[in-house]
Amino acid sequence: MLKITNNQTIELDKIKKLDYDKFYSSVVELLNKKENHCVNYFAYPIKDEFQFFIAIADDKNHDIVILSHQLNQDDKKELKSLTEKIFSLHIFEREIYENYGIKFIGHPWLKPVRYPSNRANKTNINDYPFYTIKSNELHEVGVGPIHAGIIEPGHFRFICNGENVLHLEIQLGWQHRGIEQLFLEKKNHLQRNILAENIAGDTVIGHTTAFAQTLESLANFNVSEQLHLERALALELERIAIHTGDIGALCVDAAYHLGANVFGILRTAIINFIQAWCGNRFGKSLIRLGGSNFPFTKELRNELFEVLKSYEKKFEEMARITYRLTSIQNRFELIGTITEKQARIIGTVGLSARMANVLRDVRETHPNIAFQKYPVNPVVLKTGDVMARFVAKKREIRKSISWIRDLLNNFKFKENIEKPNYSLKLKPQHFSISLCEGWRGEICHCAITDKDGALTYYKVKDPSLHNWKVLELSLRNVEISDFPINNKSYNLSYCGNDL
Amino acid sequence: MIKEPKLMMLNGRQYIPDLKNVKLKPPFRGRPEISKAKVDELVLVKTCPLGAISSNPVSIDLGKCAFCGECSFVFPDKIKFTQDYRIASNKRENLIIREGEDSEVKFDENLINKDIRRVFAKSLKLRQVSAGGDNSCEVELGACGNANFDMNRYGIEFTASPRHADGIVLTGPITENMQEPLRIAYDATPEPKIFILCGVDAISGGLFTESKAIDRSILNEIKIDLFIPGNPSHPLTIINAILDLTRG
Ligand code: SF4
Repeated sequence: MLKITNNQTIELDKIKKLDYDKFYSSVVELLNKKENHCVNYFAYPIKDEFQFFIAIADDKNHDIVILSHQLNQDDKKELKSLTEKIFSLHIFEREIYENYGIKFIGHPWLKPVRYPSNRANKTNINDYPFYTIKSNELHEVGVGPIHAGIIEPGHFRFICNGENVLHLEIQLGWQHRGIEQLFLEKKNHLQRNILAENIAGDTVIGHTTAFAQTLESLANFNVSEQLHLERALALELERIAIHTGDIGALCVDAAYHLGANVFGILRTAIINFIQAWCGNRFGKSLIRLGGSNFPFTKELRNELFEVLKSYEKKFEEMARITYRLTSIQNRFELIGTITEKQARIIGTVGLSARMANVLRDVRETHPNIAFQKYPVNPVVLKTGDVMARFVAKKREIRKSISWIRDLLNNFKFKENIEKPNYSLKLKPQHFSISLCEGWRGEICHCAITDKDGALTYYKVKDPSLHNWKVLELSLRNVEISDFPINNKSYNLSYCGNDL
Repeated sequence: MIKEPKLMMLNGRQYIPDLKNVKLKPPFRGRPEISKAKVDELVLVKTCPLGAISSNPVSIDLGKCAFCGECSFVFPDKIKFTQDYRIASNKRENLIIREGEDSEVKFDENLINKDIRRVFAKSLKLRQVSAGGDNSCEVELGACGNANFDMNRYGIEFTASPRHADGIVLTGPITENMQEPLRIAYDATPEPKIFILCGVDAISGGLFTESKAIDRSILNEIKIDLFIPGNPSHPLTIINAILDLTRG
């Protein structure tokens, strides 16, 4: 079996095409092991075939198995569904079905994922086949696509028995912008770099790092250790900023406004530091292919020490009060619980997995150079409820702060950093994969080149693709009024899903 | 209970008293200034990944600019970004900055509907619609109401329903899939109403302009009252833009 590691590139020829039965049995065998999970599974059309690739990460051995099969375009567009055996693949098979019309026999719900403009499935986004239950006692509540707050669009359909939610189904696609297609259409690397920044504006560093690593690896271009570390530093700042904002947002929903305001202020301090570094509060323009325009200077280093010191003092004071409030505990404990078993079946990643006792953290299991040199020790909690997610965010903030301090104290940052390079030449007929642990979880980018070294396929996976299902299940047998706290406790991405 | 006042003391006064005159520091990129320095204009035009730069005379269209800074890295003598964040206008053409002109981005008072100032100067409720926005402009619109920027002091707030709103703030390049919901929200907003485009994606489509998944045709039917540049727009840009429109 072909094994590679994170951020590695291989020749397409080396990836053997299995026949589907062999592919099927290998995937089932691999994914039945606890240490393995699917990080990406996709198909794309080339000449008169559909090429399928699956990437299965082995968290114990720190490598990634790549398997492949193909379907001729004149073959019957039908395959036996893997979802029957391995549930976590449900969303990937749905995507392939939606894009190319390939039916997966035995799939429990082959429904569209995001209604892309070039889809094979031509049904209209307004005709989504929601699950329904016929009963006089039940009613349905539809919310969205436009929501009450300032957030992105998505449609949520609840089936309720009185105030109790029996079932929630989330229909996305409203945000679809054709990102993957644009990666191929834009020929200029800087344009692609900026595109990666706009995949999810709240995960600029996460997605752009995955992008840069994918293309640098595909071009066999090594960047300096310092550049890796600067990117990782930005990644941890992004994590601190968003987690802090999320803690504040959860305070809003628990009607604790002092907490909401103070955590909001603290988030501002971090993103204003990011602005002091690169000019943009979200880190847009900071991560660039092959280098950086914004070296992490001595002044920035000193400023960051100060920012963290003041942040930490205020954060700890506020957290001490907030996390002990009975009104908060009452509101968050035992609500929206996900069991470890559920988390594993769904294929949950990131914080949403770690709060349910599933250690899934690319920084630990598939670290790049930065996290090899400065390891993290991920936070894992057991209870799987809103409180667990609330606590996990707090602990991850602490870990990120100490990780950053460790880096600042031990690494000698040089004043100069290599400049970006937008003329990287990609190796022809290669496959490249990069995993990066954004604040939501595992981001995966894959790229494939043709014989001239041009991109023929670019695949983006935001952790939300796995995790929307977790939100749906969290709502089972929960009062509908608990939806907002559950939703905010995950804070999943709409545009990251819709692409 | 004692703890909470102590904590408020620890955090001190957070709101920015004068939102019009905040000194932001480089490398924050606000309004660019284009000098008369001679450069290869063809190369300069091509440098911009968003096609925001035109030649003869050299100009930058802030409605297309993502403030990536690339032009100023490659041509530092030609293009410099100031920290002037008051870069919005009610007139699309006013977002174009030309070489040799280092004046502020202006509003066109003649274009402002009388009703806007009469009705909205003291109280304005807005409905936000994201149509393919990447959640950065959305987060900044949310930040306008936080303890630092406190837009609510001017009576400007976001509402849940378009029926309670005086206007729509649109973010994102307008996906085909969001056309209809956007139209419904717009139609549901009572007159008089304003329509605001926030961020480069909303103003021009940004990098997504040519995507087949984008459909901006609805904008042909809507009067646009305000263009707020940025990627995303900074809260200071947003709040000042709305104040300039509704209060002058
Ligand atoms: S800063 Fe604006 S004008 Fe300059 S290159 Fe970037 S997008 Fe173009």
